[in-house]
Amino acid sequence: MTTQTRPALGQRPELLRMAHVEKTFHGGVMALRDMNLTVNDGDFISLLGPSGCGKSTALKLITGLMKPTSGRIDWAVAQNAGDLGVVFQEPTLMPWARVMDNVYLPFRIRGIPLSEVRDEVLEALKLVGLEKFQRAFPRELSGGMKMRVSIARALVTKPKLILMDEPFAALDEITRFKLNNDLLALREKIGCTVVFVTHSVFESVFLSDRIVVMAARPGRVIEELTVEAPYPRTEEFRTSADYAGFCREASNALMLAKGEAA
Amino acid sequence: MSVIDVAPLDSEEQARVRREQILKIAKWTLPSLVMVLTLLAWHLYVTLWEVPHYILPGPVLVAQKLVEDWGLLWPAMMTTGRLTLFALFFAILGGVALAVAFTQSKIIEMSLFPYAVILQVTPVVAIAPLLQIYLDSPFVAALLCAWIVAFFPILSNTTVGLKSTDRNLEDLFTIYGASRWQRLRFLAAPSALPYFLSGLKIAGGLALIGAVVAEFVIGRAGTGLGLASTLLEASYRFNFGRLYAALILISVMGVAIFAVMSTISYLALFRWHESALKKDG
Repeated sequence: MTTQTRPALGQRPELLRMAHVEKTFHGGVMALRDMNLTVNDGDFISLLGPSGCGKSTALKLITGLMKPTSGRIDWAVAQNAGDLGVVFQEPTLMPWARVMDNVYLPFRIRGIPLSEVRDEVLEALKLVGLEKFQRAFPRELSGGMKMRVSIARALVTKPKLILMDEPFAALDEITRFKLNNDLLALREKIGCTVVFVTHSVFESVFLSDRIVVMAARPGRVIEELTVEAPYPRTEEFRTSADYAGFCREASNALMLAKGEAA
Repeated sequence: MSVIDVAPLDSEEQARVRREQILKIAKWTLPSLVMVLTLLAWHLYVTLWEVPHYILPGPVLVAQKLVEDWGLLWPAMMTTGRLTLFALFFAILGGVALAVAFTQSKIIEMSLFPYAVILQVTPVVAIAPLLQIYLDSPFVAALLCAWIVAFFPILSNTTVGLKSTDRNLEDLFTIYGASRWQRLRFLAAPSALPYFLSGLKIAGGLALIGAVVAEFVIGRAGTGLGLASTLLEASYRFNFGRLYAALILISVMGVAIFAVMSTISYLALFRWHESALKKDG
């Protein structure tokens, strides 16, 4: 296993910058107000906040599925097909397609035959530990396994940025912990940049090196925290005093966010 | 493993297993028994009360006619079958094409959908005589008649199916830059398949009904001697044995069409769709 070395937090090259981004929906609901965020190459950023704080909206704006009402989102690098991987709250697999074909989807849409990318697809499945299930249909898999397939599909194109919208929120806690560990192990292996939406303080602290705390009505950024604990993080980190300290910090920021919203 | 395998079943589980076995057997034996009893009652009623055969022929007479008139009934069945299958084929073609057009263009849908509904809700018996007047070929008239009845469930089910794609998958396709055609081919079409197939099951039966109605209204002139025309003719001649024989064959065709459609549907879906999952245990 080759562990990628990442530059320290302040020294990473810029990947994407959101400047004064605002989004107002039809009917005048302000989903996002003046959001500024710089995503650097190698970051694991969590957007943490209560429901309605615009964290999913921010993610959708980054994907380009939605255009901001005002403000700019600029990529520091040229953007190509497959530079973006997305994981939703549901596994969002095609039930009629085998696991392998689900992971192959991004290539299929680009018109690349399976024979040319079979190795990449198998590699992605191996990374999430599902190479034995390549012939299975999604309904034969457990909730956690479906989510792994979804992650494999997001990884398969080796994207510059992976966006995850509360991917583990619907899973039980045991599965969730397991997938948290696996996600970090994956990141150590392939060194991906992740923006991760969650409403769980514990999950955000365990996973990320930067936490963006957001408040609702209107959705906005309240505070940005850094979790300066070294990777790889293991189960030991989850029970450490450091972890508890970071959780308290994030929790306080979140309380502040809620207080302001009330 | 073996510990679990040999663990004795408690009485409740045993009762459940026994009940399932009984239900499995009853599923076939009960309808068969009902059929035998009905035939017996029918036979007894006709013989004991000496009902004349031009009012109600007994099952023996009907069976006799079925064999005797087979040379007439079999080609008639083929004729009706051909009309039904043609109608079904064009219903699939037209229904799917229109459904795709509807989902690709809101304008086409808004313009045409009301007329598809009107066509569907107007009783085909009322349209058939007109078709006969305006169309030179009675076969085409009969075909159109059966088509009108059969195509709507395909159209409406496929339209709903094409629209029932997963929103997140839609987004994913957009992010990966899928073309309109890729979206239709890789996302909308497979999503619509279960809906289309359940529409097909209904349309199969309706195509037969449409064919029978067409034969009744348009007559043997266009379609040749089909089962429905045979039935009608037999009734004019008080040949009730043949009438019943034709009726039974029409039912058999209906059942056969349904069985074929159900099998197609099962084969297409059993690997992945919830509706086709075996409910065991």
